Amino acid sequence: MHSLHEPKARVLIIACGALAKEIVALKNLNEWHHLDIQCIDAKLHHRPALIPARLKEQIERYRDQYEKIFVGYADCGTAGGIDRLIEEYGIERLPGADCFACFAGLDNFKALNDEELGTFYLTDFLVRQFDFMVIQMLGIDKHPELRDDYFGNYKRVVYLSQIEDEKLLNAAKVAAERLSLPFVHLHCGYGEVERALSAQLVQRISVYPNHGKKSSHILA
Amino acid sequence: MSDTPEEEYDDEEVVLSELSDKELVEQMHDDLYDGLKEDIAEGTSILLARGWAADAVLNEALVGGMQVVGVDFRDGILFVPEVLLAANAMKGGMSILKPLLSESGIKPIGKMVIGTVKGDIHDIGKNLVTMMMEGTGFEVIDLGINQSVEDYFKALEEHQPDILGMSALLTTTMPYMKVVIDEMVNQSIRDDYLVFVGGAPLNEEFAQAVGADVYCRDAAQSAELGPIMVHNRRGSRA
Repeated sequence: MHSLHEPKARVLIIACGALAKEIVALKNLNEWHHLDIQCIDAKLHHRPALIPARLKEQIERYRDQYEKIFVGYADCGTAGGIDRLIEEYGIERLPGADCFACFAGLDNFKALNDEELGTFYLTDFLVRQFDFMVIQMLGIDKHPELRDDYFGNYKRVVYLSQIEDEKLLNAAKVAAERLSLPFVHLHCGYGEVERALSAQLVQRISVYPNHGKKSSHILA
Repeated sequence: MSDTPEEEYDDEEVVLSELSDKELVEQMHDDLYDGLKEDIAEGTSILLARGWAADAVLNEALVGGMQVVGVDFRDGILFVPEVLLAANAMKGGMSILKPLLSESGIKPIGKMVIGTVKGDIHDIGKNLVTMMMEGTGFEVIDLGINQSVEDYFKALEEHQPDILGMSALLTTTMPYMKVVIDEMVNQSIRDDYLVFVGGAPLNEEFAQAVGADVYCRDAAQSAELGPIMVHNRRGSRA
């Protein structure tokens, strides 16, 4: 039988690399010591059809080692591909269509889209990785003329921040300037990502009551 | 002359005007693949000056080259930036050929109305399909982005196309294709048109589930299937 202080059976989250820093922050903040994290390269978002197969590999690799696995992806452009996969294994994922909706909250995200359909969203991850994930991976660094092919229909950038950080905020503004789009900043914290993870961990938190300190960073 | 092996293998600059027709077409396929817009424009002008008909240049040099690009995109060898550069290069040739094609009085082989569905502003794929279908000889009416059922129906009534094309990039917007097709059924006009659907999150099963005729994996495939489907449909109705 497992000791209360050294639980052997743990929870694993297999997540998109775009959420890695945030999930680690949540783990530390909430003292989710029994949560392990495995991440899949965020670059797969440029080929979302490949995500379910990579997830399956990871689930197969770890399923016997953990009491519970949770998928740290939303639908993420897989058109139900992730849902079909996790149904096979009886596990769950983050809610919504993408991490933007997760961070903003599903209703808030819908309102943002209703307000302006042509919104390009940034998160802390995308601000940090803007040069690589957007400028380089879309080929805009070598061919600036492609910018309008990608962003010609966008009307604004909305930065959904997870932490309050002046440097990130300034970098997000610079990113919007590079796309020649107006900038809006909404601080929303970890939103549904924290709520979904808490829900997954609640059973264990009730067993280990000191592990459940709630973050005060949720503003959404 | 250099005596170092590295320099012996340096690419020599290709003079397009010195190539035979066959070599030039092959070179243009390479130039499309590499997104070299100016070289494509030059190659197009050379073939025309040699007496090639505009539609032959379009089909053999440009559409043929883009089909290679399409196959390598599908196989994960090329990515979106390279495809966009190839498309921009093709536009370099198309801008020369389009006026000539109009003057030649060649009738379009078919007509297509195309648009990105309601709630979706992504149009890269749609624009590629438009270009390739025009390249294949279709007249294409591009409705743009964020198109409602009413927008599509208005365009169908006005233009009476052979094909309705719908595009979506988002998982959240692709179900709208079914809304449009269901309304076509309700209004008893579904069989009046071929319905092509495409977009990154779609697949064959989805196309069948929403009641489309064709799932277009990419723009090159649209251009391959478009003429065949229209031809067969006309044949079956004759």
